[in-house]
Amino acid sequence: MTAIIEARGLGKRYGRRQALSDCTLSVPAGRVVGLVGPNGAGKSTLLQLACGMLTPTSGSIEVLGERPASSTAQMARVGFVAQDTPTYAALSIADHLCLGAKLNPRWDAALAERRIQQLGLDPAQRAGRLSGGQRAQLALTLAVAKRPDLLLLDEPVAALDPLARRGFLQSLMEFVAETEATVVLSSHLVSDLERVCDHLIVLAASRVQAVGEIDDLLATHFRLTTARREADSLPAGMQVVQADHTDRQSTFVVRADATVDDPSWVMEPLALEDLVLSYMTRAGAAGADHRPVLETQR
Amino acid sequence: MIEFHIEARSGVAPYMQLVHQVRQALRLGLLSEGDRLPKVKDVAAKVAINPNTVLKAYRQLENEGLVSPKPGVGTFVTGTLGDMPRSEHEPLRQELQRWLARARGAGLDEESIEALFLNTFRSSTEEEK
Repeated sequence: MTAIIEARGLGKRYGRRQALSDCTLSVPAGRVVGLVGPNGAGKSTLLQLACGMLTPTSGSIEVLGERPASSTAQMARVGFVAQDTPTYAALSIADHLCLGAKLNPRWDAALAERRIQQLGLDPAQRAGRLSGGQRAQLALTLAVAKRPDLLLLDEPVAALDPLARRGFLQSLMEFVAETEATVVLSSHLVSDLERVCDHLIVLAASRVQAVGEIDDLLATHFRLTTARREADSLPAGMQVVQADHTDRQSTFVVRADATVDDPSWVMEPLALEDLVLSYMTRAGAAGADHRPVLETQR
Repeated sequence: MIEFHIEARSGVAPYMQLVHQVRQALRLGLLSEGDRLPKVKDVAAKVAINPNTVLKAYRQLENEGLVSPKPGVGTFVTGTLGDMPRSEHEPLRQELQRWLARARGAGLDEESIEALFLNTFRSSTEEEK
């Protein structure tokens, strides 16, 4: 299987702040990848490294087999929609399409026009007069008409109301079904990601916490409730992601190949949202331990 | 043609939800042999789900012998769910009711009865595989 994105030990530092550390991952072709994590986790940094708007300070990243933005041919194959789906407020929709046609060698004018028509938008309208949902759809149209092999979307639905969000995801899924392109989108909304993605990257505290096919992640993570016991007393092969204790009960989120039957505990499947949250909590706790160290460095 | 929907909070994997909905449509007679399932692209666009999820559901249904793909044309219903007529459910229901009465008589509460039933049900379906 060919990897569309291949990162090895990838890192990005802004002055003193490490935005992304030691990121090693591989995104297979034809996937819709969800990138999830708290604010400041490094999601935008990773996406901007992938499209070549940023260059790494350590490690390496290859996109479609080349360094990002290393050639115009490579750039033509990568679409990027930045956070808040920016468009040119003073330009009309038709102007945007005209610009797209002039700037992109693989531009699909028929597709762009068809999509604008389907959305019921007036080509003469200025982008500044569009609603948030319409603007997002215009930005998606521009990215899609470019016919990219890889489409990167940074929080495309964050600012949209539920109806506009659903409309956007419908358009995106239609594009995926038509072209079999690879998509990476970041979002806070795990329920949206579960719907549209088949692959997930959990990013927190500037590091990759978990990565894999969503079905595999769900099949290998469990909530285990038992009488109070220490995490290291659990069977080998169970990797503890999170542990919570009361005076008599312990609740663990564990990674294991399968459920283990034991009369002394209850082992249940975990919802994707809880799975993501437990990795984020673990990263947050590790970050809190490091904080005093950072302060003394100042 | 049938329409799909996805319940995000159900805890059932999205592809299984599609599988259930096709089976249900077969049982309800909304789908019968020769009918075409919606195109993958149309389901993805309408329901806003990953096309791979739809493909996975259709493959599962194919493995169950309920549908088969005709390349370039679509996926068609080829099987039926050979459920017995409702009238024949009755003796089974009565038997189950007698069993429930015995379980209650033995002092089991509702949750224990449910757990016992589900565990037995699961292990017997696993044995059949």
